[in-house]
Amino acid sequence: MAKARGLVEILFDTCKGCELCVNACPFNVLQLSDQVNAKGYHPSMMVNPESCTGCASCAMVCPDSVITVYRVK
Amino acid sequence: METVIEKTNVNVDIEALRKEIIKEENIVFKKTIGLTDNPLSYCPGCGHGVVHRLIGEVCEEMEIIQDVIAIAPVGCSVFAYDFFNLDTQSAAHGRAPAVATGVKRTMPDKYVFTYQGDGDLAAIGTGETIHAANRGENITIIFINNGIYGMTGGQMAPTTLLNMKSSTSPYGREMDVHGYPLNITDMIAPLRGVCYATRQSVHTPANVRKAKAAIKKAFEYQKLKKGLSIVEIMSNCNSGWKMTPVQSNKWMEENMLENFPLGDIKVPQDK
Ligand SMILES: Cc1ncc(C[n+]2csc(CCOP(=O)(O)OP(=O)(O)O)c2C)c(N)n1
Ligand code: SF4
Ligand code: SF4
Repeated sequence: MAKARGLVEILFDTCKGCELCVNACPFNVLQLSDQVNAKGYHPSMMVNPESCTGCASCAMVCPDSVITVYRVK
Repeated sequence: METVIEKTNVNVDIEALRKEIIKEENIVFKKTIGLTDNPLSYCPGCGHGVVHRLIGEVCEEMEIIQDVIAIAPVGCSVFAYDFFNLDTQSAAHGRAPAVATGVKRTMPDKYVFTYQGDGDLAAIGTGETIHAANRGENITIIFINNGIYGMTGGQMAPTTLLNMKSSTSPYGREMDVHGYPLNITDMIAPLRGVCYATRQSVHTPANVRKAKAAIKKAFEYQKLKKGLSIVEIMSNCNSGWKMTPVQSNKWMEENMLENFPLGDIKVPQDK
């Protein structure tokens, strides 16, 4: 069976860089950015987008609802 | 809306991936309309935000956003009215179940729930909690247990674990001086007015999904007029515990869940 393919979009300036999504992702897709956002946090971003399955584990633990998850069905 | 995907593996054509996958019809998760667009005032990684989202999602899925009245507490979630896209009434510290009683009795067709921390519900509001439960008020209590007074600077709460450090128990909670941690959900579950009592948590994706199902069940029992339902949700207060959010969720799993085991404590007996 082909692996499900997904991507996430993360709101740059609303993310508080708590790192819970980075820790929750089973495929190490996410990491905190080196950039600093308007709030002064390092927001989360995709570093391995091709590994994303769109499982939404990251969005489940995100307290600030900054992640939108896409999956090709 | 701003988004970011600025650094990726060198051999991946991210733009092609985005073009193929980022489409309206491929969305499997997005922010619920049960919450407003206001940024949450909580510390990064705080479980309050996750629980807010779950309540919003349940109200959206049950199509009851117009029919819900939230009662907000005193504590970090005192501004909940800014975040829920729901009618909300704030209550004095610990008095949310009393306010919810009045609101529900005057508007019995509304879904009425309180949102309370452990300082609010299990310390100053113990009396209101027990008597609303004993009267079998047809309301839902969402109880966020982070073992500490978050808002005021991490003081010991009735729920603080033995040996757990807080700003008012700097050497750890001692049984001889402070007594045992209070497990109030188990305490009120046997009351005949309580139809549903459960303890959940939001520290992993799987637990978040279970917690959402429990909130939904509680609202459904309220619709069926079964009595008071209480959903306790174990949550981190990473600032008060002086840990990173990731550390705090791990610490919770390793320490809190032994004292506050997850699962249903009471479910309605169908006649
Ligand atoms: C009558 C009264 N007493 C005390 C306070 C101070 N106070 C504000 S929040 C709080 C405790 C909140 O803790 P908790 O309910 O656990 O919520 P959290 O902030 O951890 O989410 C206290 C004691 C108050 N606001 N009003
Ligand atoms: S959707 Fe799943 S695979 Fe993709 S980034 Fe989130 S947790 Fe990782
Ligand atoms: S003080 Fe604790 S409970 Fe309050 S917002 Fe911060 S982490 Fe959450």
